[in-house]
Amino acid sequence: MNTLVDVVSAEIPVGVPLSERGPAPKRIVAAFGFWLFLLSDIIIFAGLFAAYAVLCGATDGGPSAVELFDKRHVLIETGCLLASSFTCGMMMIAADRRETVLTYSWALVTAGLGIAFLSLEFSEFAHMVHQGAGPTRSAFLSSFFTLVGTHGAHVTAGIAWLAIMMAQVGTLGFRPMVIRRMLCFSLFWHALYIVWIGVFTVVYLGAHA
Amino acid sequence: MRSPSLSMTPGSGLRFDDRCDKMRPRDLSFGVLPAGEIPLACEIFHAWGILRACATCALLAGCSQGVLDPQGPVGADEKVILFDATTIMLAVVIPVIICTLAFAWWFRARNKRARRLPDWEYSGRIEFVTWSIPAMIVMFLGGIAWIGSHDLDPRKALGSAKPVEIEVISLDWKWLFIYPSERVATVNELVLPVNTPVHFKLTSASVMNSFFVPQLGSQIYTMAGMTTQLNLLASNAGTYAGLSAQFSGDGFSDMRFDVKAVPEDEYEEWLRSTRAGTEYLDAVRYAQLAAPSGPDPPHTFGQVTPGMFDSIVHNHGAPIGSSPTSALTSGRSL
Amino acid sequence: MFGKLTWDAIPLHQPIPLITVCILMVGIAGVLTIVSWKGWWPYLWREWITSTDHKRIGVMYVILALVMLLRGFADAIMMRAQLALAAGHAAGYLPPEHYNQIFSAHGTIMIFFVGMTFVVGLMNFVLPLQLGVRDVAFPVLNSVSFWLTAAGVLLVNLSLGVGEFARTGWLAYPPLSEIAYSPGVGVDYYLWSLQISGLGTLLSGINLTTTILKLRAPGMGYGRMPVFCWTALASNLLIVAAFPILTATFAMLLLDRYLGFHFFTNDGGGNPMMYINLIWAWGHPEVYILILPAFGVFSEVIATFSAKPLFGYRSMVMATMAICVLSFMVWLHHFFTMGAGANVNAFFGIATMIIAVPTGVKVFNWLFTMYGGSIRFTTPIYWAIGFMITFVIGGMTGVLMAIPPADFVLHNSLFLIAHFHNVIIGGVLFGVMAGYTYWFPKAFGFTLHEGLGKAVFWCWFVGFYLAFMPLYALGLMGATRRMQHYADPTWQPLMMVALGGAVVILVGIVLTVVQLVVSIRTRETRRDLTGDPWNGRTLEWSVSSPPPEWNFALLPTVVGPDAFWNAKRHPSLRNAAPRLVALTVPKRSALGFCVAFFMAILGFSSIWHIWWLAMVGLFGAIAVTLRHAWRTELEDCVSIATIAEHEHAHSPQAGRA
Repeated sequence: MNTLVDVVSAEIPVGVPLSERGPAPKRIVAAFGFWLFLLSDIIIFAGLFAAYAVLCGATDGGPSAVELFDKRHVLIETGCLLASSFTCGMMMIAADRRETVLTYSWALVTAGLGIAFLSLEFSEFAHMVHQGAGPTRSAFLSSFFTLVGTHGAHVTAGIAWLAIMMAQVGTLGFRPMVIRRMLCFSLFWHALYIVWIGVFTVVYLGAHA
Repeated sequence: MRSPSLSMTPGSGLRFDDRCDKMRPRDLSFGVLPAGEIPLACEIFHAWGILRACATCALLAGCSQGVLDPQGPVGADEKVILFDATTIMLAVVIPVIICTLAFAWWFRARNKRARRLPDWEYSGRIEFVTWSIPAMIVMFLGGIAWIGSHDLDPRKALGSAKPVEIEVISLDWKWLFIYPSERVATVNELVLPVNTPVHFKLTSASVMNSFFVPQLGSQIYTMAGMTTQLNLLASNAGTYAGLSAQFSGDGFSDMRFDVKAVPEDEYEEWLRSTRAGTEYLDAVRYAQLAAPSGPDPPHTFGQVTPGMFDSIVHNHGAPIGSSPTSALTSGRSL
Repeated sequence: MFGKLTWDAIPLHQPIPLITVCILMVGIAGVLTIVSWKGWWPYLWREWITSTDHKRIGVMYVILALVMLLRGFADAIMMRAQLALAAGHAAGYLPPEHYNQIFSAHGTIMIFFVGMTFVVGLMNFVLPLQLGVRDVAFPVLNSVSFWLTAAGVLLVNLSLGVGEFARTGWLAYPPLSEIAYSPGVGVDYYLWSLQISGLGTLLSGINLTTTILKLRAPGMGYGRMPVFCWTALASNLLIVAAFPILTATFAMLLLDRYLGFHFFTNDGGGNPMMYINLIWAWGHPEVYILILPAFGVFSEVIATFSAKPLFGYRSMVMATMAICVLSFMVWLHHFFTMGAGANVNAFFGIATMIIAVPTGVKVFNWLFTMYGGSIRFTTPIYWAIGFMITFVIGGMTGVLMAIPPADFVLHNSLFLIAHFHNVIIGGVLFGVMAGYTYWFPKAFGFTLHEGLGKAVFWCWFVGFYLAFMPLYALGLMGATRRMQHYADPTWQPLMMVALGGAVVILVGIVLTVVQLVVSIRTRETRRDLTGDPWNGRTLEWSVSSPPPEWNFALLPTVVGPDAFWNAKRHPSLRNAAPRLVALTVPKRSALGFCVAFFMAILGFSSIWHIWWLAMVGLFGAIAVTLRHAWRTELEDCVSIATIAEHEHAHSPQAGRA
């Protein structure tokens, strides 16, 4: 994509249907591509959800979901992630207004909440492994650790990405490329929250049904 | 590893079975020939076999021991479905092939007589027909598929007669058949009474396999920790080839067995003589049997520990009283 | 230090792999020496390896596919030779542990590294040109995708000389592929190479979907897109929707194998059948990912060489999208013999047959496209007609096997093998060969040798029937797939015929190489100066052959379907004297090559459990990506002078007048 194409599409009169207006501007193209990536990522999760649904009863004589999960613990995790979704939104508003300090602050809060979420998850995992309920114990636990762990890995990657974006804001400033990437990051972060809703419902609430 | 030297053991000559126009190794009708004479005998019959097979080839497997030569009602029904469905589809496929060639030839650029329609790109009526023809065929075949799936459901009992119960366990790389009511078992050989429904319960003590006797009909998977069911019936006495149709590792090609459909009295006689055998299939013997090996010669057990099949299913393929993978840690090559 | 990797991994005591590896190494060393001797490295690095031009990347994909076709075919002919020998008591020349690797590698290579690579290559090359734009949506990502595929290819081929390949069949069904039953590195080679190349395919799918949906020349609404673009859209949507399932499934199997998880194991409550469901939830769409673009090629080829618009464009589009959706609803037909109930089997059987409706419509529409046309018998139309004849037979046997009770006797037999080769060779391979011949002049500026092209076609066509019709018969006789030897000597003559067919195909493959060499040597006599050697209908023929790096000096304005055909008929639609403006093209980038290099290291060291090296690979890939993230100069400017010079040299009027 290049500037000329943008000029061309700008020249098309408004009456022309959207599909005939020529190549879309870079911002739209990048965001659309990233949506497709998120879609594919969600399909990976769908595969893991399917595996969990099939295997959640396959405890092989080991501990079951009801025995293992601590509802309150998970509720706090959910709160952290929900709040971080909000602060991520605030960061984007600040970035839109080119307010550097505010952007950094909200990013810091977002990352902090993400790290809090991860430490809670890590302590849950550690506790389970300590109890002898590690991923190798049964198919149920394999699928649990993989599903929740993959989400956790995504959150970790998200925090790393956020750190990189802050470094980019610091070194490259709020140029369109950086804003575009931050937009993609925020899409990613919100998608992770949506996936977590699925995890929370299927895995943790499902265990009490 | 499969040693080539094993492939020509003395006495395993070839027999020409005139009923089925077909030669099968492993049948020992040459009896005890001196080892040196075997190759010659093989060669003669080999040449004959090639001739025979060329004729077979010309008839498109019309008279082979395959699924087109069924020896039971399941296979016979499936053959009918094969032919019916093929005929229905050929009614469209052949005209399409002819039209393709005819259109291509007639509308060649050099043909002065062809009427050109350089802008013709749409005709509602033709489009209606082009959607309708495949749709109607599919509706027709869909009916066959629906009815056939229900009629020939492997779980469906064949008639009201009390079936012979046989439990099938696929091992690396052989088949274990347990006759639970008769308390006998065989390896790589299945003996059935003719004209009597047989109900198989199948599982695997290892990887997946598929139990298949082409001339009797439907195949079905064997899977560790799961039980599948299959109902078959042999209408005619004879020996039919059985095999595994699902790749299962190095010894897969040798997971063959003979199915001997015999008259009722011969079957009873066979049961009696088998029961007289002294070998007892218990947990210990089973563990030896489950170790990877092949090709294994047919073998019978006069007695079997009751409930062995269920315990194998329950233990996900592992014999009673051992951990599931212990039998495998020693490696799995031949 | 080196994990599981020891000198034992080198097949010093196995003559067949050893000789193969030696020949390969000599060949590769020879090529490298020539390239170094001639001093081509800077050119290759600048113009190809780091290229972000979709045309160059497309060409590299196709070259990779052709090279892998040689490898996959070598496996095929070895298998056919083994089965021609191993009748009765004969053991053949390949022991099971080697034979099993060969058929697994054959399937894996042919589907992932020949079929997918070829199809993605053609789409890469053609799509932006047909859509009337300058490149794909994400040119650098495109390069990353290609090189990740190449990294997968590298790993698969490394397994030839270092260690072993999977002995499990091309889909590595557990529990056979679990560590308990396949303790070697073969399955790990399979998994890592497909994970890495699968990532490339997924990124490519995202890239091309975005390209088609968001980057089209002004005026090119959905109803005006060439049918190849539609089929490519369907194919890439399927990639985006299906490949993540493969990634997740392989990830679970990797966790089972590396960390002792219990997804698909026999013990611990694992469920092997879940793998089989998941893998076919990817696997069935996968066959449509391959065949749909081939359908698109045939649509272009038949319309072009009949000098007629495609008959029933809207039906074609609807049929394509119907197949796209339906392909996700039929996966269970790959295992009717699992013992599911009659209702389940009947449902999936009928769903499968329903796909035959849109496919049948396509065949009829191609027929009526030829009807009333003026057909020029060039090589691509040979492939297309050969396809129509062959594919309906393959489709028929496919529908036959969609009837569950028929599948009960045909499943896993050589009949099945014959069926899917019937549709994959007759459909996909004929399609990509048609596309290769059709677009070759566009890519290189000269046409391929016609006579040799037709000879290649006849070899494949005759060879296919010789090789696979006997397999239909053998399947009905009770011969099953993946057997290394068989007891029934009456099968041997048919096996011999099948081997003969494979040899005829071999001649075809050799002739493909000969055709390429002859065409290059005589290129001056077969130059395409007009940019439109076939009297084409779509926009790729409106630019010079080969097109400039920027494809279109000015984006074309599209007013209807068959944009270029219309423009040729109505000269008023053409821009008489385009007002040239300076434009930009994406800068070349080493990111793809570097990321793939580190990913190959990551894959190789993970296969052999060399964890420190795996970390080097992982962090290396991250580091080069980060370095790229700070690049701000992403585009090169092309001056008006350069464009004008090209336009003048390749003026379509000058060529066609």
